[in-house]
Amino acid sequence: MPTCKEFLNGLGDYLDHAADPSTRELVERHIRECPNCHVVHDTTKNTIRVYRGEQAQEIAPQVASGLLDAVQRRAAMRRKPCDQ
Amino acid sequence: MSPVDAVDELTLVEQAREGDGGSFETLIRRYQNRIFRLAKRITQNDEDAEDVLQESFLKAYDHLDSFQGNSKFYTWLVRITVNEALMKLRKRRTGKEVSLDEGLDTGEEVVTREIAVWDGDPEQTYSQEELRGILDRTIDTLKPAFRTVFMLRDVEDLSTEETAEVLGLSIPAVKSRLLRARLQLREKLTRQFKRKGEDVFAYL
Repeated sequence: MPTCKEFLNGLGDYLDHAADPSTRELVERHIRECPNCHVVHDTTKNTIRVYRGEQAQEIAPQVASGLLDAVQRRAAMRRKPCDQ
Repeated sequence: MSPVDAVDELTLVEQAREGDGGSFETLIRRYQNRIFRLAKRITQNDEDAEDVLQESFLKAYDHLDSFQGNSKFYTWLVRITVNEALMKLRKRRTGKEVSLDEGLDTGEEVVTREIAVWDGDPEQTYSQEELRGILDRTIDTLKPAFRTVFMLRDVEDLSTEETAEVLGLSIPAVKSRLLRARLQLREKLTRQFKRKGEDVFAYL
């Protein structure tokens, strides 16, 4: 059976669907045979899923309006370069 | 999706280049929340994140002509944001001039101590706000180099190559840091989300 260390070495590429066929086979075989690494694989996948799925919070209205103001000021400066 | 939301990025960029301020404002509204979150996760500070947000969009606006269009506008904006945020982080730490590489690559093994299945899907168990708080607090415990790589690869969906280029790292270094970041987050989230009691080993 592949070792847990070999499993961990291949896990990153495996999760990214970038593992070569022999690494993929090694990881899948190890997951079937080692209950702990089965859990590590599952919970690592879950970890990525919860972060990826999280909606970014709305920024505060004053931050949003400050940003728009700054860009509008920059645009106005660009339109009237001779006045600077 | 409103008709404005449906306009594709490249069209908006083209229109903004031709002087249509409204198009650039549409791009701002589309991405400001994600850019702020990225800046906040790197700098860990609201005030710095607000500065980075503004500086990044202003820089993008000023350099629209140099945007090549061979990557997505959003990816280009993410690159600008990461550079601004890392500069902010370095500036804040002047005096003790901490390298982003500090404490990394010491050859230590990655560890997986916390072995337990999760108690259902956290997305169902917690409110969006509670879950966001947990995710924020957890990622904040990672070193900057780890949380930045994780954000770029797993949240902002940059490729390994793009991440390597943005951070000036080799591809093996990106892969190694990403795996460590994922395993550290997994370890900490499992402590929070694991099934309690006798069912901890329910996978056996």
